[in-house]
Amino acid sequence: MIHWNSFSDFLAMGGYGLYVWGSFGVTALIMVIEPIAVARQRKTTVARLKRQLRAESRSTEA
Amino acid sequence: MNDRFNLYRFSSPATFYPLAGKMIPWFIAAGTLFGLAGLYIGMLVAPTDFQQGEGYRIIFVHVPTSWMSMFIYLVMAFWAAIGLAFNTRLSGMMAQALAPTGALMAFLSLWTGALWGKPMWGTWWVWDARLTSELILLFLYIGYMALVVAIDDARRADKAGGILLLVGVVNIPIIYFSVKWWNTLHQGSSVNLTKSSMAEIMLWGMLLMALAFWMYSIAVALARVRTIILERECHTDWVRAELTGGKA
Repeated sequence: MIHWNSFSDFLAMGGYGLYVWGSFGVTALIMVIEPIAVARQRKTTVARLKRQLRAESRSTEA
Repeated sequence: MNDRFNLYRFSSPATFYPLAGKMIPWFIAAGTLFGLAGLYIGMLVAPTDFQQGEGYRIIFVHVPTSWMSMFIYLVMAFWAAIGLAFNTRLSGMMAQALAPTGALMAFLSLWTGALWGKPMWGTWWVWDARLTSELILLFLYIGYMALVVAIDDARRADKAGGILLLVGVVNIPIIYFSVKWWNTLHQGSSVNLTKSSMAEIMLWGMLLMALAFWMYSIAVALARVRTIILERECHTDWVRAELTGGKA
């Protein structure tokens, strides 16, 4: 059984909407941004290590 | 002898790297399921609180993030102790991978706490024992991360960071027991092993949300530690093979 009578009731949170959604919103935002940052960090690190590896193998061949 | 299950095997970055990669999707899946169930119960089914109206629903993010901010620190201190005692390479990497997530959890704990404090206490912030010790926890995370990046030699950075973590661990019981030891504005713990002051359905919502945050933190930390392993072990043959194999 759903506690709310309407969607606008749900959004209003009995007058606490700003505080409740401010809490959930920022938490959700961080839980989206953090994994993206981790994935991006991984991409740049792998690219840099690959470049290093290529540079090394060139210098040993020469 | 070598065929026997050996815990030490997993303390080697070369075996832990692929294992972590295989575990991540499972933690994401579990975290999503726990999160959806927790949000359904907490935001849609749980009744209004008789004292705090609908404002109490902040508890479903506030308590899980606060628990995680303390728990992640304890895990980091555990790895620091292992690293200092046995000089294992992986432990420092684990501590480093957990730190940003722990810092974000501490920040979220303070943020959601401020948004809860304003309507209930009439203020965003007070210099009360619980709030101040949680702020110190956030500074400990930031201090640890700053210290580790400031030292070029990775093994020395692990050692210095590890000592900071072990000294700072004294702050965790202070946070946890602050509501008992001092007169604070912050309410006492609503969850207890023997009895709980919350309605059962609210408690379920909160526990599911806590599990979701737990799974999320593990998934993110595992993903981060994989990058750290590649970077730190880039001189080894297996990392070279992983990079040239193209599937790294």
